[in-house]
Amino acid sequence: MMKRLTPWILVGPASLLVLAFLILPVGATLVETFADPKGWLAPYAAFFNSGFRRTVLYRTIEVSLITTILSVILGFIAAYVVAQMPARWKSIMIIAAVFPLLTGVVVRSFAWLILLGKNGILNNLLLSLGAISEPLTMLYTKGAVIAAMVYLFVPLMILTLAGVLEGIPKDVTEAASSLGAPPFAVFRQVILPLAMPGLIVGAVLVFTGSFTSYATPQLLGGESQMMMGTFLYQRAMVTFDWTGASTVAAIMVVVTITIVVLMTRLARRMNPMAA
Amino acid sequence: MRTTLHPALLMIASLIFAILIAPLFIILGASVSDTSYLTFPPQGFTLQWYSNIFEITAFRTTAITSLQIAFFGTFLALLIGIPAAYALNRFRVRLPSFLSNVFVLPILVPEIVLGFSLMKSITIGLDLPVYTTLLMGHTLLVLPYAVRVVGASLASFDFSVEEAAISLGCPPLKAFLTVVLPNISAGVIAAFILAFITSVNDVSISLFLTGPGVSTLPIQILAHMEQFFDPTIASVSVLLMLLTVGVMAIVEATLGLTFLTK
Repeated sequence: MMKRLTPWILVGPASLLVLAFLILPVGATLVETFADPKGWLAPYAAFFNSGFRRTVLYRTIEVSLITTILSVILGFIAAYVVAQMPARWKSIMIIAAVFPLLTGVVVRSFAWLILLGKNGILNNLLLSLGAISEPLTMLYTKGAVIAAMVYLFVPLMILTLAGVLEGIPKDVTEAASSLGAPPFAVFRQVILPLAMPGLIVGAVLVFTGSFTSYATPQLLGGESQMMMGTFLYQRAMVTFDWTGASTVAAIMVVVTITIVVLMTRLARRMNPMAA
Repeated sequence: MRTTLHPALLMIASLIFAILIAPLFIILGASVSDTSYLTFPPQGFTLQWYSNIFEITAFRTTAITSLQIAFFGTFLALLIGIPAAYALNRFRVRLPSFLSNVFVLPILVPEIVLGFSLMKSITIGLDLPVYTTLLMGHTLLVLPYAVRVVGASLASFDFSVEEAAISLGCPPLKAFLTVVLPNISAGVIAAFILAFITSVNDVSISLFLTGPGVSTLPIQILAHMEQFFDPTIASVSVLLMLLTVGVMAIVEATLGLTFLTK
């Protein structure tokens, strides 16, 4: 009897924690949006009927998509080079990627506040070069949010892809080139398809991370570039509109889970090494 | 995989790595500037912003809270996560397969949604103290590290060794502690480090779980930045980066940094 229960006793405490402090509270948040006294789906109608709220959603999608595309491109180039470097350089490059990754999001976003401010380095540099005559407003723009987010996620992309690219057997690329494939064809027809599953997993991490971020849009976007995360906080803690906040939360959950489930399934199917 | 690198690729990659590191040096420079606003390159040299951190009590109290929460949250997560990871590997056939997905949920559900829901249901709904909810939130946040990173170590552990110990009369708990645990220590260390640093840096869960006298350092930094734009924040950031350096040194000494690309 005791023996049969052992597995359950071992997973019990952790499962109960997830149940009590995640499934039930988050479930309650989602259920509330469907049990509004004003009617079934009323909170969603309110959300999508408001031009401002739609703008927040579209802006969040746009910023997350651009961030994902840029992070994938930059991360791929960097990881490709890392994978081919001799061991000593490789470890230096990995340190350069891990250090920002382990430094908090607040600190890393704050760095861009110094870079892009009115007295910031970029403005001072452009002024001293004579490229501009007065400081540009770079903070609290969409560009500032995207720049900081790409900065935030490129290290993650590098580390994800460096592992994937290192795992590609040397024989495969060598076989392609010795059979006469030019370097770009090797990249497009051999390396890219083999790296695709890892690339998709990384891209999903970047997209969902950007889509649900708070600190970066708060610091670099401010009120004028509100995104889903900052909007959720504003609804909940400034205007105390909990139904509105729960609706934003529900949309975030649906979007993230849908993307994660669909894309991991796609990544699994695309893996050419798995027969 | 090794082919010859195009020089242009090498240049772009070097630029990417330079841009990854440069902003962090800029923070270091800005933290010693003898000006009342943030600027770079620093003008003059002063350590007054570092002493300023210690004069603002909120930084000290929130730093202590952050470290406490990170330590106890990680400890709790390992305490319940290691048995769960063990059971999921050892008794795979006897447990329903959806169970391992349950421990992915804290990664899947957006942190900010979790923080908001915890505030609504637990802090306000159940009237639990803010500190308790904060601790539970962080335990949940880092639970996936405990279950998955330790689980990865267990996946390559040969359980017949443990069975040998038990069949020779070793009690199961002692067999776990003296046979299994030493073999998965790398996974446990990795899980501890990753969980600890994740908890210390967290913003989105803590955001909603602060109250009178309870707040974490990242939240305090955000609050300070909304009112002041002086180099104090730069000096706090430098101290946080020192913590990162310490963590990386531990990772390098115990597991090697290449561990993180796996």
